[in-house]
Amino acid sequence: MPVVKDAVCSLCGSLCDDITVTVEDNKITKIENACILGHSKFVGMLEHDRIETPMIRKDGELVPVSYEEAIEAAAKILVNSRRTLSYGWCSTSCETVSGAIQLAEETGSVIDSTANVCHGPTALAAQEKGAPSATLGEIKNRADVIIFWGCNPVHAHPRHMVRYSSFSKGLFTEKGRKGRKMIVVDVRKTDTAKLADSYVEIEQGSDLLLVTALRSIVNGHEDVIPETVAGVPKAEVIALAETLKNAKFVCIFFGMGVTQSRSKYKNGDAMSSLISDLNQHTKAVMIGMRGHYNVTGFGQVATWETGFPMAIDFARGYPYYNPGETGANDLLVREEPDAAIIAAADAGAHFPQKAVRHLARIPVIQIDPYPNPTTEIADVVFPAAVVGIEAEGTAYRMDAISLRMKKLIESKFKTDEEIVKDLTAKIRELKRGA
Amino acid sequence: MKIKANLISGRTADQGAHLEAKTHKGYFDACAYCELSPADLERLGASEGSSLKVTTEFGDVVVFAKANEGNPDGLAFIPMGPWANAVLSPDTHGCGMPGFKGVPAEIEVTDEKPLDMKSLMKKYREA
Repeated sequence: MPVVKDAVCSLCGSLCDDITVTVEDNKITKIENACILGHSKFVGMLEHDRIETPMIRKDGELVPVSYEEAIEAAAKILVNSRRTLSYGWCSTSCETVSGAIQLAEETGSVIDSTANVCHGPTALAAQEKGAPSATLGEIKNRADVIIFWGCNPVHAHPRHMVRYSSFSKGLFTEKGRKGRKMIVVDVRKTDTAKLADSYVEIEQGSDLLLVTALRSIVNGHEDVIPETVAGVPKAEVIALAETLKNAKFVCIFFGMGVTQSRSKYKNGDAMSSLISDLNQHTKAVMIGMRGHYNVTGFGQVATWETGFPMAIDFARGYPYYNPGETGANDLLVREEPDAAIIAAADAGAHFPQKAVRHLARIPVIQIDPYPNPTTEIADVVFPAAVVGIEAEGTAYRMDAISLRMKKLIESKFKTDEEIVKDLTAKIRELKRGA
Repeated sequence: MKIKANLISGRTADQGAHLEAKTHKGYFDACAYCELSPADLERLGASEGSSLKVTTEFGDVVVFAKANEGNPDGLAFIPMGPWANAVLSPDTHGCGMPGFKGVPAEIEVTDEKPLDMKSLMKKYREA
């Protein structure tokens, strides 16, 4: 039986590339090295629903139609729309993202990625102050102080700590966990916090205060620190700052606790400044814990093709970017789009109710391997092959390292890339006809 | 009895394991709950599995109660997903990102049961 070694797991931003997959009769029968998320991705796909056929909503119900009929219907929606939102494109390959950007340009749409509800503020922070970063390989080999700030890798990136951070052993970190100090900053004692050498519990929404206090101490202004900062006693804040200053190599991994809490992108902005301050004393970097396995890839492709990483508006005929205006949620809350195409992401599940309510009112085209809450409000639905299992392609890990995902089994489903190409071709044909 | 809480949402391993199986009962079990500190649950007179109604200025949703000793008192956590999003803030403060963490909420015990995913989404189609 064929055994595929070093397959890439297309689930989270850790993009583990050491998965061993056993394939029998075009079915995956055994997975080695994957975490609970990866295991359910590879093996689970045979155990639950898929979208089996293209569908169009008629009289309130989604009914099966031919692929050509669905392409025609979707193309008509997009051609007739005056303000289309194209959203998602993060659980798919960079090749598909490139096609999606072309489609957005062709239709004068706004295209946005899942960063809109994830690390969008991190991109803004990087544009304000930069993002001193490193590869995960550098962290593995060098970092002796690791902070997880507002993130919970035990749940969201289960193999991160073993492969790249706390528990990994590298060139200058041969003692592994024993040789590293692990600190967790969070608002509740998470399962990651339980593994830390020190856990700093802050008041929810006060990250900016703590980062600013740490900066003051690192820059020699300990005297201005009040008795407590963000609910943390002054002595604890000073001890944390000293640990960072005296480290050989610091990495702050940060997550949604930082990007979604009050101050949003200003938190990442301040953190970037803290990293810069620390680099006067030692070596320090920051890495966002990216969620969707190729949300980083979307940012890469969009940046090299349009100049911007997300929330790109083609209505003017050239790329325009202003996330508080052209972000997917801002558009929907203003009830601006009159049609949407949602692919390789699930706005129905992950957008607040006001945005979903508007999506439910307008024609929605969905491209996805699996039915999900977006399907419930979609009007034209395309089933797609699962990238990384049924289709190959390129993805970028959270540290912006590109990896080639393998095709492991044959599939009857078209790839996202093919669907986007067919849709773009049909739109051009309809426009020529007009 | 109602309590006031600060509501946040976030990922969990079970939610993540059902990312591509959202029509599965496992997804409902992984997302349609609210975690509170044991003291907060006691104050509500609720135990694990009780139905809780979580209300914010943006809506209300019924979810199951769960205890989490890691939660400080007054902090409520609902895994990211359609149940959390029924009550989280759509306001992006002009930077693109909605308010998924730090939404003031009121929580009380209810006799209603949480809606399954399809029933919850159907409400948006009908609205």
